[in-house]
Amino acid sequence: MHAESQIREPLIIGNKTYRNITDDIIAPIEGKASRTWYILFTIASLAFMWGIGCLSYTIGVGIGAWGSNNGVDWAWDITNFVWWIGIGHAGTLISAVLLLFRQKWRMAINRSAEAMTIFAVLCAAIFVTLHTGRPWLDYMLFPLPNQFGSLWPNFNSPLLWDVFAVSTYATVSIVFWYIGLIPDFAMIRDRVVKPRMKKAYALLSFGWGGSARHWSRFEEVSLVLAGLSTPLVFSVHSIVSFDFATSVVPGWHTTIFPPYFVSGAVFSGFAMVLTLMLIVRKVYSLEAYLTVKHVEYMNIVIITTGSIVGVAYLTELFVAWYSGVEWEQYAFLNRATGPLAWSYWAMMTCNVISPQLFWFKKIRTSLVATFILSIVVNIGMWFERFVIIVPTLCRTYLPSTWNTYTPSFIDVGIFVGTIGMFFVLFLLYSRTFPVIAQAELKTILKASGEAQKKAAAEHAHH
Amino acid sequence: MATKQIIHGIFGDEEPLLDACKQLRASGIRIKEVFSPFPIHGIDPIIGVPRTRIAICAFIYGITGMALATLMMWYMMVHDWPNDIGGKPNWTYYMNVPAFIPITFESTVFCAAHGMSLTYLLRCWLVPGAKAKNPDPRTTDDKFMIYLELNDEQSKKADEILRSTGAEEVNYKGTITIEPKY
Repeated sequence: MHAESQIREPLIIGNKTYRNITDDIIAPIEGKASRTWYILFTIASLAFMWGIGCLSYTIGVGIGAWGSNNGVDWAWDITNFVWWIGIGHAGTLISAVLLLFRQKWRMAINRSAEAMTIFAVLCAAIFVTLHTGRPWLDYMLFPLPNQFGSLWPNFNSPLLWDVFAVSTYATVSIVFWYIGLIPDFAMIRDRVVKPRMKKAYALLSFGWGGSARHWSRFEEVSLVLAGLSTPLVFSVHSIVSFDFATSVVPGWHTTIFPPYFVSGAVFSGFAMVLTLMLIVRKVYSLEAYLTVKHVEYMNIVIITTGSIVGVAYLTELFVAWYSGVEWEQYAFLNRATGPLAWSYWAMMTCNVISPQLFWFKKIRTSLVATFILSIVVNIGMWFERFVIIVPTLCRTYLPSTWNTYTPSFIDVGIFVGTIGMFFVLFLLYSRTFPVIAQAELKTILKASGEAQKKAAAEHAHH
Repeated sequence: MATKQIIHGIFGDEEPLLDACKQLRASGIRIKEVFSPFPIHGIDPIIGVPRTRIAICAFIYGITGMALATLMMWYMMVHDWPNDIGGKPNWTYYMNVPAFIPITFESTVFCAAHGMSLTYLLRCWLVPGAKAKNPDPRTTDDKFMIYLELNDEQSKKADEILRSTGAEEVNYKGTITIEPKY
């Protein structure tokens, strides 16, 4: 057993035993759904259905249904893609990077954060498959032998790197998540009494038994997967940023983009994890495991990444001025003072100013404040992508091509639809999957449980 | 032919189980298997589980992925259909290699991660429809079990050790017959 300093706050509140952890994690799966769950599920499903309607309409008539136009060819769609894929980053960061750093507080949140990652990447996938215009030809993105020569995709293009990065990221995240889920599914299989549930979880648990040999391999696999996912998570958003940075569009052609995008992604991802975890904690009474301390730790990550994003914004402005390139300077002047300046200042307020409130301990340990600010941050991060894409493309080199942009009803519909889909998937997940990695949590009970820590302190005094 | 007794020693926590394992090994008893709800750190050398070589597999899969990506991009971009895209020609691999690094990296990670995961699942025989491998369902919840297959003389000794180290239950689960090896 690993002894832990008494100064550290316990990560599991109350007098919990291994059995209590099992009971608490299995309660939402065995129990009936609450009315709140049904209300949320209905709202999310309606949004999802609206989205499916708009999506089908787009496939039927083509992307002329969108507000995008000749100059502003990337607009809502790519904004949403980058936003969703950015949100996805927190899951892998929590499960991989924090595993390598041996942060124990990750154990209560990693499962749901990874679930969130996978659902967010699915939402992002909708936008990339649609924006090609003819999604039934999307197989052409892959280097498959074809009848045109064979004519291969262009491996020099960051857009193609994106295809490889996002698909690697999605599949590796799913596998990492599932390997961690197997022991927990086995726990549910051994506990539930309803025969149909037992059968379902027996199938999902792949026959896991928890023998020492299997645990030894399990730990090695988790560690190596974490080691592989860590550079992966940084590479994915770097490559997403290359889509912009390798172009010659003023305001996009900057070397700061990869670190700026990655920290922005972690920033928005943690905000989304907080939004979801604060709901999960309340709805399923998991206050003992998702403590105020966990929220505080996540808020500290938000201050850090939020400040990096803030510094990046200022660096961009400085470099634009210092470069002496007129077009570059105008791109930023236009963002801050042009017709869409309101979106720039919305971004600045939400992303740079609001997270700084977390310097106050009162605010970063307040659940209500955290919940509100987590949503504010995600709105801000959506605007960041919007600001990068739309105002920039509205005013490029030739004033004769200058343009304005308004999203169409269909644009809004697809976006709302993906939010609906995200919540439909998350709500279904939270009722059928173990929302906390209980096997991992049991390993830290003796070192980080409140009652266990107290007992250890007593023992040390005598 | 030898008949062996199957013994399940059930513990309520990891420390007494580790203690029992040490004592069993000291008296020359082979521990067939240990089942627990979570990984017990430091148990592998005590019960004689060798270090897994799965990370080496991951390395080999990763190198394979890297080689495949390199081969693919060389073939498609340089050998089969070289193009001059935006004034950046693809006549040689070494001149184009910076543009190939992202996909080479992604492919390395893809092959290493999936190859290792598949190896892990197959090596542990974790497949859909496989029978649960834990003999007692409580070991995924809050119980820890030492699983022994012993002859009568060793059984007595093991029983003593298990009880003295704090086993909550010592269950005899019948006998199995083991064919002698020639």
